Amino acid sequence: MNAKKNSTISDFLRRLLKGWGARLGFALLVFIILACLIGPILMPYGVNDIDLLNMFASSSKEHWFGCDAMGRDLLTRLLYGGRYSLALGLVAALLSAVLGMLTGLAAGYFGGRTESFLMRFMDVWSALPAMLLCILISAFMGDGFMPTVIALAVGGIPGSVRMTRGQALSERYKEYISAAESINCPKITIMLKHLLPNVIQPMIIIMTTSIGSTITMAAALSYIGLGIQPPTPEWGAMLSEGRNYIRAYPHLITYPGIFIAITVLALNLLGDGLRDALDPKLRE
Amino acid sequence: MGRYILKRLLTMVIIMVCAAIVVFTFMYLAPGDPARLQLGLDATEEALQAKRSEMGIDRSYIEQLASFLYKTFIRFDFGDSWTYGVPVMAEMGVRLKRTLLIGLPAMFLSVTIGTLLGIYAAIHKGSWKDSLTMVIAMIFISAPNFWVALMLILLFCLKLGWLPAYGIDSWTCYILPIVCSALPGIAINARQARSAMLEVIRADYITTARAKGQKFGVIVRKHMLPNALMPIITGVAGGLCGIVAGSPVIESVFSIPGIGAYMLSGVNLRDQPVVRGCVVFFALFTSLTILIMDLCYAFLDPRIKAQYSREKKVD
Repeated sequence: MNAKKNSTISDFLRRLLKGWGARLGFALLVFIILACLIGPILMPYGVNDIDLLNMFASSSKEHWFGCDAMGRDLLTRLLYGGRYSLALGLVAALLSAVLGMLTGLAAGYFGGRTESFLMRFMDVWSALPAMLLCILISAFMGDGFMPTVIALAVGGIPGSVRMTRGQALSERYKEYISAAESINCPKITIMLKHLLPNVIQPMIIIMTTSIGSTITMAAALSYIGLGIQPPTPEWGAMLSEGRNYIRAYPHLITYPGIFIAITVLALNLLGDGLRDALDPKLRE
Repeated sequence: MGRYILKRLLTMVIIMVCAAIVVFTFMYLAPGDPARLQLGLDATEEALQAKRSEMGIDRSYIEQLASFLYKTFIRFDFGDSWTYGVPVMAEMGVRLKRTLLIGLPAMFLSVTIGTLLGIYAAIHKGSWKDSLTMVIAMIFISAPNFWVALMLILLFCLKLGWLPAYGIDSWTCYILPIVCSALPGIAINARQARSAMLEVIRADYITTARAKGQKFGVIVRKHMLPNALMPIITGVAGGLCGIVAGSPVIESVFSIPGIGAYMLSGVNLRDQPVVRGCVVFFALFTSLTILIMDLCYAFLDPRIKAQYSREKKVD
């Protein structure tokens, strides 16, 4: 059993890392995560160490990416801020995927009134585009980590509900579900143990890319003055701090943006790789 | 078909009312006293009380909600902005023009250029032309839109001085916002068009057309493009919704007084009539766009059309 499981995982990894894109994305992501976790510990500067002699310093041997308006080392802040950005993206995408999946499963499995009620509810929910919903909820909940996570997660829920419901509907009347029902298996067990593993694949692919888009959305939110606020070194908040100096010191907005772009690129590449690896249509 | 449209429109009205109730409740519960935000910190309690009754926020939740719904859906009036004292409807009309002046050309660019690039890549699948197009598309999907906008401002406005960085004084001000709004759409459409075309290329009827010696250009135009058209319609509708939804951010980057910037200022100042008006408008815009998209599907795809004429429930 165990050996079989291992071989499935290694088989999956081999298929995932077949393309150069997925390989690059995977490597980049591992590198970024490690750098953000370990980097701030190794850096000689603190994240809020003010050094007025080095205000707006450009790249040098001591400060690789220069310093910001208060002489704080930009690389240290970028690495430290990466923890915020990555955590925001991961937690929010996970939250919206889990909530969406559970609702979608319930809608697809129970059908009938439950389904139409849930789906009409989702229609209202998705009447507003995700970004606008995010702005509204962020203004309503205030700034801070958890409020921002919720604001970011809410917009993605209707999409994952619809996705899971569609998948669940196509599995709902297959024999293994009828078999489980016939031996009086509890509904919750059927949903979570039998239905869920068969509908989860597309959600994993979507979640990988949605971590990336959530990071971008979080950055946009901080940029327009909601969500995580300076002096917290989240990447979007750093962009929003730096935009006042765009004329004289463009490095303050160039580097945070490059960090966001590379992280999202890595996640997108990995998402594409996952899709190719998991999509049975393309499997040889 | 007529019955279907009617049913969809009715559903839409219900959705709009629900969305309006939700946004009203959000703004009602949002922290911060709107009267104090308007009058400043040193206002007296009497002045605040007077302001509150002038705004109508001293009434109960149900009363306020009922009057808001009545005004919005029966008299099509969003009330006056608390901050500027101008009717929200009139102001939105002026600002909508600016938002659409960016949104429509951006959508047009993203669909045409994106689709053409996607077809180009699909035809040259496996060669460096395909890889290069897809790598560039991937980069523009990944880079945050507003950051690309900042970088372009840096290049074209500050370094080269070719274009103005902000404002709406001349038509040149619109070039960068349009390009920046279009870029992610171009990338997404290129990827979608490519995979749609690739799916079609392997189809049997293409093999048949090739076997009978049809010219390649004709095959692309007559057999492949119509089948790849469905994702393109999704691209148009999704692009339009996305650009309008992204307008608060892109308008704040370029300081354009459009409808997104209006909503954002309303949110920041707790100007409830402005926020409600903008939200109802955005919801209406999104729902209408999706309805039109669904009708286009039905019109263009004989398979879907057949479903409607049989009066089958399609959901």
